[in-house]
Amino acid sequence: MNTGDRAQIRLLWGAAAVVVVVVVFTLSFKQSTGLQWILSGLTVGSIYALVAMGFSVIYSSTRVINFAQGEFTMLGGMLMFTLCTRGGLPLWLGFLLTVAIVTVLGAGFERLAIHPLKDQSVITIIIVTIGLAIFIRATAKWIWGTDPVKVASFTGDKPLRFFGASIVPQSLWVFGLTLVAVVMVFLFFNRTLLGKGMRAAADNPDAASLVGISASTSSLVAWSLAAALGAAAGAVIAPINFAAYDAGAMLGLKGFSAAVLGGLGSAPGAVVGGLMLGVLEMITAGFAPSGYKDAVAFLILILVLLVRPQGLLGRPEEVKV
Amino acid sequence: MSRMVVRWKLPMAVFCVLAAVLLLGMGCGTQKVDTSKSVYKIGAVLSLSGPAAPLGQPEQNALKMLESQLNAGAGVDGHKVQFVIEDDQSNPATAATAIAKLINQEGVSAVIGSSSTGATLAMAPVAEKAGVPMVCCAAGTAITKPVQSYIFRTPPTDSMAIDKVIAYLKDNLKISKIAILHDANAFGTGGATELAAKSPSKGITVVANESYGTTDTDMTPQLTKIGQTPAQALVVWGTNPGPALIAKNMQQLAMKIPYVGSHGIANKTFITLAGPAAEGVVFPGGKMLIPTSIPAGTPWRDAVDKFKADYQAQYQKEADTFAGHGWDAGLVITDAMKTAGTDKVKLRSAIEATKGVVGIGGIFTYSPTNHDGLNVSDLTMIKIANQQWTEAK
Repeated sequence: MNTGDRAQIRLLWGAAAVVVVVVVFTLSFKQSTGLQWILSGLTVGSIYALVAMGFSVIYSSTRVINFAQGEFTMLGGMLMFTLCTRGGLPLWLGFLLTVAIVTVLGAGFERLAIHPLKDQSVITIIIVTIGLAIFIRATAKWIWGTDPVKVASFTGDKPLRFFGASIVPQSLWVFGLTLVAVVMVFLFFNRTLLGKGMRAAADNPDAASLVGISASTSSLVAWSLAAALGAAAGAVIAPINFAAYDAGAMLGLKGFSAAVLGGLGSAPGAVVGGLMLGVLEMITAGFAPSGYKDAVAFLILILVLLVRPQGLLGRPEEVKV
Repeated sequence: MSRMVVRWKLPMAVFCVLAAVLLLGMGCGTQKVDTSKSVYKIGAVLSLSGPAAPLGQPEQNALKMLESQLNAGAGVDGHKVQFVIEDDQSNPATAATAIAKLINQEGVSAVIGSSSTGATLAMAPVAEKAGVPMVCCAAGTAITKPVQSYIFRTPPTDSMAIDKVIAYLKDNLKISKIAILHDANAFGTGGATELAAKSPSKGITVVANESYGTTDTDMTPQLTKIGQTPAQALVVWGTNPGPALIAKNMQQLAMKIPYVGSHGIANKTFITLAGPAAEGVVFPGGKMLIPTSIPAGTPWRDAVDKFKADYQAQYQKEADTFAGHGWDAGLVITDAMKTAGTDKVKLRSAIEATKGVVGIGGIFTYSPTNHDGLNVSDLTMIKIANQQWTEAK
């Protein structure tokens, strides 16, 4: 373990200590009120975390930042509306179909719009993803119109209460999906041959192709996986925040911020970043005049990145001279 | 040759006489557009696409219905009426270009539009400069404050909705302490500022004034803060989906104080989104939304009933307040044209002199100091009960 690693670990402990202090302070503030803010923050934060994981998956395999990630989440919500609310399918079947359809769409976009640019610079591809986001949003508006739509909660709307705070049952589904997703993504990239190969292909496409890992396959798998994650997230959060054709922009922005805060390319980092951002927002909304909520959350994001440009759990770019 | 002419002369003469008699007879029975008279052209710039399309589309539908109904009758003073409609794509810059095109190329006598406050404010200077009367379908206070000589409107203003809400809080709920939770956008902030400024003079104290972002997904922190104040009612100023989320969050937190919304939720989408949480929510809206709130047998009630039935028959959709705004704008202009024709200066004065014209949103009366047309009494408070709108008592 070199000195750089020790400094990182010290920093992480420091950050953890700050979080603990903030949480304890909030909890002591009129008890249930503080707990309510943290619970709301965790729900909102889990939503950000799910979107952030999608960013991380594509980034760690191709170094591309996919600005259409929020649109996958939007599509997840809208398809749930079409299949379950309109089509009357059972929720579990609607969920599986939604994820399947968006996964195929994600793979299709990769083949049609991203793959042909494989010899272009990463920045070109990133700009194409912005175009893709605009295309998906416009198409969604054409299909579903501009009104927000409602999707039924998976297990009812009766709030669960504890210690004076309350939470809707759907939040538990969001927590659950976040947990399952982070474990699966982490295991995929660190324990499976394909996942490890994809990370290798991102670091050095030529060397990876020499040992039989194609950057093209890697990109296709990453996009499909990110689309599936986005769709699952959208399907689970739709009962909480309604689905609308233009919801992707905000989710994409917050999810990207969470990914950067936690460290781009790290699935656990995405969860830590998402939860931190969500809790910070809600605590600020509770303490300060609520209009400053976003300003304070993003100010802290900037401060963290000034001290740790690679994000909380990210690995610094190693530049070998 | 001459024999042919002779042979045709008699039947022709008989035919002409018969035709003349027939035409005269018809003329006595029903009025008809006189095709020899010039066509009255009125421009309209509406948001037919983009975010404001849910407003612009019904406005366009209503105008087309008015056009066909007028031309099926006597038109305006025998003149055929034509509405030339342009789409501003919910974009102020496009709206300004569109009105210039209507005035310069189409040569319209007056302009209707636009659907949103932003696009309307972009059009107003063009209409003022060209001296063309403009009647808009947008509610922003800034449009007619201060009054500009050529700019008029048909919808109730945001200020009227605020006055209505304050009167309801004071007279019906009889409370003195309220909390405000508003969208951080122009509509929400403008409404909250005016509400907070007007409340104290009516003996109502604003004990909390909180905001949320248009795309926020959880408002429980703001609500828990409000729950710790002595507020006796919560006034929410915003448009969907925020207010529906707030209703659901209040249910989650088991908050029991009354929820009073803005006219931004005067649509069925709010009920669909909030579901059971919408029960008991009260908001200001045009009386045409609940025709029974207008006394039966009055010209206004008859106009609303006929309008709703016609609209339903023609478009298989329920007429909303926006359809009413569009209809009223066309009505105010064509009514003024009966006396003023197409002379723009005379037409402007005639619109300003409009008195007691029965529209859909209410009864329109303009004056040199009032270009709004309606007043607070044209609004009512609507309560959601059993997922339906009812008049709040």
